[in-house]
Amino acid sequence: MPTIHLAINGKSYSVDADPQTSLLTVLRDDLDLTGSKYGCGEGMCGACTVLIDGKAQRSCITRVGSVAGKQITTIEGLATGDQLHPVQQAFLDAGAMQCGYCTSGMIMSAVALLRKNPAPSERDIISSMDGNVCRCGTYSRIVSAIQQASKMPAQAAAKGGTR
Amino acid sequence: MSAKMNFEVPLEPERYELNAAAPYRFDLGRRDFFKFLGAGIVVVSVMKPALAAQESGGARRRRDDSLPKEINAWLHIGEDGKVTVFTGKVEVGQNIRTSLSQAVSEELRVPIDRLQFVMGDTQLTPFDMGTFGSRTTPTMNLQLRRVAAAARDTLIGLAATQWKTDVKGLVASDGKVSDPRGNRSVEYAALTKGQQLTQVLPEEDPLIPAADWRVAGVSAPKVDGLEFVTGKHRYPSDQKLPGMLYGKVLRPAAFDATLSSIDTAKTEQMGVTVVRDGNFVGVAAPSSQLAESALKAIHAEWKSEPQPANKELFDYLRKNAESTTDDDDRHEVGSVDQAFGSADHKLQATYTVQYIAHVPLEPRAAVAKWDGDQLTVWTGTQRPFGVRGQLAEAFHIPEDHVRVLMPDMGSGYGGKHTGETAIEAARLAKAAKRPVKVVWTREEEFTWAYFRPAGVIDVIGGVHNDGTITAWEMHNYNSGSAGIRTYYDIPNQRMVFHPVKSPLRQGSYRALAATANHFARESHMDELAHSVKMDSLEFRLKNLKDERLRAVFQAAGKQFGWGKSKTAGQGFGMGGGYEKLGNIATFAEVQVDAKSGNVKVIRVVSAFECGAIVNPDNLRNQIEGSNVQGLGGALFEAIEFENGKILNGRLSQYRVPRFSDLPKLETVLLDRKDIPSVGAGECPMIGLAPAIANAIFDATGTRLRALPLVPNGLKTS
Repeated sequence: MPTIHLAINGKSYSVDADPQTSLLTVLRDDLDLTGSKYGCGEGMCGACTVLIDGKAQRSCITRVGSVAGKQITTIEGLATGDQLHPVQQAFLDAGAMQCGYCTSGMIMSAVALLRKNPAPSERDIISSMDGNVCRCGTYSRIVSAIQQASKMPAQAAAKGGTR
Repeated sequence: MSAKMNFEVPLEPERYELNAAAPYRFDLGRRDFFKFLGAGIVVVSVMKPALAAQESGGARRRRDDSLPKEINAWLHIGEDGKVTVFTGKVEVGQNIRTSLSQAVSEELRVPIDRLQFVMGDTQLTPFDMGTFGSRTTPTMNLQLRRVAAAARDTLIGLAATQWKTDVKGLVASDGKVSDPRGNRSVEYAALTKGQQLTQVLPEEDPLIPAADWRVAGVSAPKVDGLEFVTGKHRYPSDQKLPGMLYGKVLRPAAFDATLSSIDTAKTEQMGVTVVRDGNFVGVAAPSSQLAESALKAIHAEWKSEPQPANKELFDYLRKNAESTTDDDDRHEVGSVDQAFGSADHKLQATYTVQYIAHVPLEPRAAVAKWDGDQLTVWTGTQRPFGVRGQLAEAFHIPEDHVRVLMPDMGSGYGGKHTGETAIEAARLAKAAKRPVKVVWTREEEFTWAYFRPAGVIDVIGGVHNDGTITAWEMHNYNSGSAGIRTYYDIPNQRMVFHPVKSPLRQGSYRALAATANHFARESHMDELAHSVKMDSLEFRLKNLKDERLRAVFQAAGKQFGWGKSKTAGQGFGMGGGYEKLGNIATFAEVQVDAKSGNVKVIRVVSAFECGAIVNPDNLRNQIEGSNVQGLGGALFEAIEFENGKILNGRLSQYRVPRFSDLPKLETVLLDRKDIPSVGAGECPMIGLAPAIANAIFDATGTRLRALPLVPNGLKTS
């Protein structure tokens, strides 16, 4: 099996993997980065969302071979030391979760949205987040959390995933 | 139903509980507590026999060692002042880790961050039948408050002894006992040092009244929220052990299919473990990709019989009803047939409900490990003790050889009462002689878990011209009897539940059959109101004496602005009821696009009352979540099946509510500090579907009597 070089959360990793393997499987099984979740395996729920060069991507349908050398950010790489990313903080403040299984994917999708659109309207948030499923039904709280994060200093909220 | 009865209604038996609880034997003696917990103080809670029977599914044998058997929780305060609480209840997103922490913090007078909860570990926590039926708040919350209060009194007693003073006048707060007269105080840790005290909960011990709560009764954030926003929390599917293999199981081509031939020759050469044991065929490999390829290399042929399809589902359910002799299935008062004869209007209608799937975002998962004949399994389930029983049965080993641990999981909604992955992982681990993890794919979860029961419900109502309901008859085929009894004051009633051998595997679901029965009843209430040309709210209140239920209908109606005028395509409707000891009224506004038939739920107002509120923000979260999840079953969710196969078992084929379906949600909380707290995870869901159906009728004049209401939009032609 070929060796693939990955840049994840500012660190370099080498994994022996079939390039056709999903990035999600490599993150979870090989690198023990279990913050990204499996929900559907077909890019329909967003639980596995990571940032690839700053853009939100479903890692369950991303082949690991296609992201070699690109900058990958997972939920584990979002905070700076003990300092949470504003979106993480906003999710806590808004109580925007129940079981929390969708939370990391929601946060990663929201971070990507705010990078692209630092002051999204409610409609922007809904259309941008529609591919992420929360079965516990905390959508209204997630919308509030993203709105709250967007009001934090622009630099802080747009940060993350730039490494 | 009178307000008094609200307290006394027994727990509705979980008709569709898939497995009975195993009898439990508590194996720890007094000394063992301190062996694994260290010195300190232990307070145990013992259930009253009647309650024990209800919560655990049967009476137990008593053995004569030092501790009583019907223990349902305990609490330990260590020499370092750290408090550990043990309960068999589990955290599945309903946030009881937080609400139970609030309860203990309140009574024990110790900050929340000094508490640690051990939940759903069959080796460390007392037996618990499972986390379902909205039982945690009315039972476990109360028990833990009593345990914490007893521990606090013990600590005050120790301080009094130390200071050679009377307990009266001593105050516990912030993890300390203080003596305001002597101007002295002592930390709990100093009091527990060197102690090995056990105390069984006293029979009577006054609790802090809800009106005086300081920690409970106010919103508290999720105690371990930080773990979730940073991705650090390890769900069952995130568990990993050294040397662990990944397992995959061969699925039959259809339900109830039997293996007619199998060829594993190719797979055997792939360096993986292959297990063939009766109908069970599985593989375990060092990577999940290899396990998948190995599974694909197996050639198997299956034999199956023709099976019904959902196209003919409702005919099937009616035709295959079994005659019932169970008294619980029938409820009759007055002279129903006579009353129908003398009613001014008699109205009959049939309502139907499709099978729906729970779709917990985390599918079933388990990691199993054997040490000799000792089995340890980490798995996502609402019934860790039930899964322990299943494992013991499957492997012919005693229950005390099995330990099941339940890390806080990615939700269940009643859908994870069983231990399929636990058994599969354990079987593979036994063959591989290494730990094995099995995580179901979404398709497996859709196909091999179980569904909320489908049903056919016939309702007949008799009403006088002045709006008085005189007779009510309701027949439920298959979906269940939860919530079948009416809370309206009707002198003549007949309710019958007709069990059917379900064509699909069915089981618990959030609010169970109450959703279907309330949909039928509250829709029919609207139909009756129209038959006598009365306002829907006025009609309900005319036939409703229960003060708590009247209060939620009135509160929701007020917030909603019931009676206001509407524009074209707009419709307003309501539904509500009483379930799992809570009271809900839900008002909905819909907008129907005449051209496309598209139905959008614009606004939902819920008023809910569940006694004294423990955590207002989390309560709002549960009510909002019930309404959002309820939208799916109300509007578009339905399992399609044919010949033992699920036809839409993927998220790309089965529509669940998303951001774009979100209505404006408004919640009115009625806080009754004079009434014991009850659960809130289920009841708030039941009013939504009828509220939407009634609103669609209000908008269009079209009466929809089938859930889901508009899977393909509304056909207005």
